[in-house]
Amino acid sequence: MAAVQETVEQVRRVGADQYKYGFITDIESDLAPKGLSEEVIRFISAKKGEPEWMLEWRLEAYRRWLTMTEPKWARVDYPAIDYQDLYYYAAPKSTAGPKSLDEVDPELLRTYEKLGIPLHEREILAGVERPEGEERPRVAVDAVFDSVSVATTFKEELKKSGVIFCPISEALREHPELVRKYLGTVVPTSDNYFATLNSAVFSDGSFVYIPPGVRCPMELSTYFRINEKNTGQFERTLIIADKGSYVSYLEGCTAPKRDENQLHAAVVELVTLDDAEIKYSTVQNWYPGDENGKGGIYNFVTKRGDCRGANSKISWTQVETGSAITWKYPSCVLRGDNSRGEFYSIAISNGRQQVDSGTKMIHLGKGTTSRIISKGISAGRSSNAYRGLVSAHRKAEGARNFTNCDSLLIGDACSAHTIPYIEAKNPSCVFEHEATTSKISEDVLFYCMQRGLSQEDATALVVNGFVRDVLQQLPMEFAVEAQKLISVSLEGSVG
Amino acid sequence: MTALLEIRDLKAEIAGKQILNGYDLTVKAGEVHAIMGPNGSGKSTLSYVLSGRPGYKITEGQALLAGADLSQMSVDERAAAGLFLAFQYPLEVPGVATMTFLRAALNAQRKKRGEEEMSSPDLIKRVKELAKILDMDMEMLRRPVNVGFSGGEKKRAETLQMMLLEPKLCILDETDSGLDIDALKVVSNGVNQLRSKDRGIVVITHYQRLLDYITPDVVHVQSAGRIVRTGGKELALELEETGYARYQSEAA
Repeated sequence: MAAVQETVEQVRRVGADQYKYGFITDIESDLAPKGLSEEVIRFISAKKGEPEWMLEWRLEAYRRWLTMTEPKWARVDYPAIDYQDLYYYAAPKSTAGPKSLDEVDPELLRTYEKLGIPLHEREILAGVERPEGEERPRVAVDAVFDSVSVATTFKEELKKSGVIFCPISEALREHPELVRKYLGTVVPTSDNYFATLNSAVFSDGSFVYIPPGVRCPMELSTYFRINEKNTGQFERTLIIADKGSYVSYLEGCTAPKRDENQLHAAVVELVTLDDAEIKYSTVQNWYPGDENGKGGIYNFVTKRGDCRGANSKISWTQVETGSAITWKYPSCVLRGDNSRGEFYSIAISNGRQQVDSGTKMIHLGKGTTSRIISKGISAGRSSNAYRGLVSAHRKAEGARNFTNCDSLLIGDACSAHTIPYIEAKNPSCVFEHEATTSKISEDVLFYCMQRGLSQEDATALVVNGFVRDVLQQLPMEFAVEAQKLISVSLEGSVG
Repeated sequence: MTALLEIRDLKAEIAGKQILNGYDLTVKAGEVHAIMGPNGSGKSTLSYVLSGRPGYKITEGQALLAGADLSQMSVDERAAAGLFLAFQYPLEVPGVATMTFLRAALNAQRKKRGEEEMSSPDLIKRVKELAKILDMDMEMLRRPVNVGFSGGEKKRAETLQMMLLEPKLCILDETDSGLDIDALKVVSNGVNQLRSKDRGIVVITHYQRLLDYITPDVVHVQSAGRIVRTGGKELALELEETGYARYQSEAA
């Protein structure tokens, strides 16, 4: 009996150690009244000091949302969400009013330190070592804690090149004309249930504007942290790359371990004008729930880029290891002639995680091209689906797409699904689709273990090999981190 | 003195079928043993049983590596304890550069033994030396493990891994299969450099040819899952003359 108990406790400890970002920051929060109503939306808008048109925009979205029903077509299964049992706004009390980095609550600074996110400009992201003499790349960070941005670094330096990088609530106050011009033009308020909800209640997120001809002098990144209990995070990100500009942007996400599920419904809109390029990378590591499927984040996200100008380019790279439920399809609308969309994805599911993710490449302009590389890895009792759409409209003369979807299964209790849709309305377009599903080879694992690697290390090595094409797309500083994350996510997946 | 490898009355099965039928073998440090025998006599099975391949089950008897019971150790623990199997058909590991693989394997073993990890510059230096001995292009080591390698390249890569890991006991499973004469010489040269008073080598082969280059101290003939005859290196030459027919009938 004692031995059994010991084993149980050991297993529990292992489980607890796996998700190393599961701590809770003890900080007093300012919350909106629980539930969703016009009053709550007015409360949020007032908290942010928004212009009147913004409030109207939110209310209109809210009224529309009331008429909509939650989508049920994805291969995910979860109990009904009680939208009246959530907080739609939570902010650390100490963040009232704008402040400089020195004034940020030390408890928050410690939180980000623990997460390896530097909020001091002389530091860089943790976990990256460079050869001596080589200059460390600088990364500007916008740190979003629950519903508010708590700090944004390198703002002044970015300003010198005309780059605007700030919380979207600040952009609404200081650059209302830019926000108004672009907000909701890629993902309209009526787009889908979760995007409409986001439009009504979104709190913080980042706003980026790169002026014509400017190559953003450093990586930009936003780090999202959900801390407060029973709180939904509804961030909104808007990135505009004006003519001939370039920016590389990365977002990271973590949340504490809580037994209750937490809702995250974000909207990300990207716009590239003529000859501009946005490279958008995500390392998503929301708390995935425990091995029995208790707790974890519901990640219902709408991400879309609009290649509005000719010869523009948008590239999505994502490493998805977290969340209990993932419902996410970063897409590109290839409107400008000769514009290009790319989607590189690694989606790992373990335990009881459910993933339904993929992309849409909508070819509207002439000579538009797109490329999709998706690597899905399922382990434990998880379900992992790739869902994608490649379409060409009548005017998309000479459109081209190449899609490659590979799935790897670890163990025999998980599943992988590939659901591609292809629609070509122009006879000149060429769409290629390749897909494979394979089980991790026992023989290869034996070979690696015979050389001294433990079963878990052998699995991680094989998986890292499997996803290499996609890892190479990540900015170098994050590829190392992502590689480690993949190993951690697969702990306990074998045996 | 404890033997390096001590196999006593070993019986093993795969999928309920008994393949090893009371195997006895003792390899002392410093010795090179050759195990020869007809196809289907369980030569490769022996190597898999010793290295712990899933599905191969010891039902009776014992196999000890430097006194430690192999059946109580996982595959990677056996490797860290110094058992190396050069595969007849080395596996491909797509997307994993050979150099990365070497580093991961060496440092995993060192860590398990409580030793310090080898630094990258030291590792690269060592691998360069070994590649030179084995007449391998460093470019090959940047390619994914065994992916697109020719038969000869795979066997060179196996030998390089073995030389880098410096195991106590090397088991070479049909290393000569798929090798032309030049590659055979190069690989044998590598194996001969590993001969030392602290190390044991077991060469499993169907043909005498390999033993022209790796001279064994002891030659065994295996048939129907056990050793049926043991002699000196001249036994290999005799087998070349007479073939395995009489051992097959003896066993039957």
